[in-house]
Amino acid sequence: MFNLPAFKQLQELVRAGTDEDVQRSLRASHMGTADLAVLLSPAADNHLAAMAARSAGATLMRFGRTTQIYAPLYVSSFCTNRCSYCGFSADNKIERRRLSLEEAEAEAMLLHRRGFNHILLVSGEAPAKLGVDYLEELALRLRQRFASISIEVQPLSSEEYARLFAAGITSVAIYQETYDRETYEKVHLSGQKCDFDFRLEIPARAAAGGMREVGIGALLGLSDWRAEGLALGLHLAWLRKNFWRTSLTVSFPRLRPAAGEFQPIFQVTERDLSHLIFALRLFDPDVGIVLSTREEARYRNGMIGLGPTRYSAGSCTAPGGYSNPETSGEQFAVGDHRTIDEVCAAIRQKGFDPVRKDWDAGFQSLSS
Amino acid sequence: MLKIADRTFRSRLFLGTGKFSSADTLKKAIQASGSEMITVALRRVDLNDPADDIMNVLDREKYLFLPNTSGARDAKEAVRLAKLARAAGSGNWLKLEVTPDPRTLLPDPIETLKATEQLVKEGFIVLPYINADPILALRLQDAGAAAVMPLGAPIGTNLGLITKFQVEIIIEQARVPVVVDAGLGAPSHAALAMEIGADAVLVNTAISVAGDPVKMAAAFAMAVEAGRAAYEAGLGRKSSEASASSPLSGLDFIKNV
Repeated sequence: MFNLPAFKQLQELVRAGTDEDVQRSLRASHMGTADLAVLLSPAADNHLAAMAARSAGATLMRFGRTTQIYAPLYVSSFCTNRCSYCGFSADNKIERRRLSLEEAEAEAMLLHRRGFNHILLVSGEAPAKLGVDYLEELALRLRQRFASISIEVQPLSSEEYARLFAAGITSVAIYQETYDRETYEKVHLSGQKCDFDFRLEIPARAAAGGMREVGIGALLGLSDWRAEGLALGLHLAWLRKNFWRTSLTVSFPRLRPAAGEFQPIFQVTERDLSHLIFALRLFDPDVGIVLSTREEARYRNGMIGLGPTRYSAGSCTAPGGYSNPETSGEQFAVGDHRTIDEVCAAIRQKGFDPVRKDWDAGFQSLSS
Repeated sequence: MLKIADRTFRSRLFLGTGKFSSADTLKKAIQASGSEMITVALRRVDLNDPADDIMNVLDREKYLFLPNTSGARDAKEAVRLAKLARAAGSGNWLKLEVTPDPRTLLPDPIETLKATEQLVKEGFIVLPYINADPILALRLQDAGAAAVMPLGAPIGTNLGLITKFQVEIIIEQARVPVVVDAGLGAPSHAALAMEIGADAVLVNTAISVAGDPVKMAAAFAMAVEAGRAAYEAGLGRKSSEASASSPLSGLDFIKNV
């Protein structure tokens, strides 16, 4: 089981680094968690340019001049959790919708026609409205048309993950939102998601269920981003040790305007976000780093090649929003409104190849 | 000339197609390399899409298309992917990659052997990517592999021929061509592999992430030719002592009686 140190302790660790420590860590050929803490420290704020250069170098070596492209497909906004920061929170009075399998398939095929080959199915957490049967059926319908299908839905059991893997879903994103237990309990007001320890176990369950890829993340704006970064590094390192066959990705979504009254508890700037990305890249040269349309086009363009390896594009966060752009009930407002072609053109302009297909349904049999 | 299975190749430089900034740069790098064998990750291309950017770069009249199973975690996945690709017209040649650890991308010897046995039975011309393990190389050639592809260093590391000692044993024992694959980060690394008698090398990252990939492709081509020529010419033995120019000096006590 993953043993997460107390958040206070992590906060102390990420504040202890001196300028000398930072310089030493930047010279190290292998970085451990102690180096990660140093690189996340305020002392490292003055070394952002050096970190960016090293991060770009490590990303280039491992991932080349490429950036993967994907799109989220929101299938349901029903949710039984009350989470103060989320537009889908059960007590928000938004128009709720669950796409029928036919509607979801139609949305997916629309994305396919726009040129997407990797899709991420997203839903609120309401197992009675949208359970494993639905996801399995949808995956079976889509698997031959997409290079890969990922999910970001409620926590499932290892057996359920294994069932979905057999149906063609290869990747699971499940974010802790915050590794700060105290804050976690404050912002998760009711529902299954209230249980911090339960949620912390889910990435391991997905890996144990045979998923090829597991994505973890922290929602920036809830707590101290430096300590969140160290917690993510520890979580990644533990997952690597225990599930060596599983690819890992990490994401740092910054809170965006959403339904409800919630205001970020901590301000996290683009500079802070970049700092986190560079530090995690130096700590783990192999981890996939996702930069979604939560961020603005200007920032996303600037970050191409510096650490992130995967960009979403043309995203809509309301179920049914691709077929009908007038759809309301989005999870949050996106920051980058460009189409997939515009995003790909910007990536090319930076001398990178926007990769639309980097997996193949053929790895798995249809019957398994 | 290099012969693998029933094909001959003038160039002993094989090229990988990953990590390039565009299909156009890839095309120019292939031309500059003079390579006749190009490997492509099946996960990266859509064989059924006539507009696929990478497949459109590969003139299959000019180059041997060597699809690879990059991403396969076990024999089952690799075999399945290979068969689907062949059904979609990719041909009989296959670079077998079974790499269950997404971090190091090191090949699984057990699953690689299993997959080779199956694929050979199914009529594939199999070139397995392996760690530089001489016994595994022997087992694979016994199983019918058309060549063996030991790594110089892990994929994408540019560390060079750090497995030189084992690769030399593999070359000495091999009945099939030995292609040093992965980890070669500079033309000098490729030249070294050729000097010790490798039949060919496969290069990708060192070219695709170079400042000027096209120029680097040409540089590798020259290094491979130089290394091969040196091997054929017969390299002198290395020694830390100066050796007398007259081979019999110091031996003049030996009488011709």
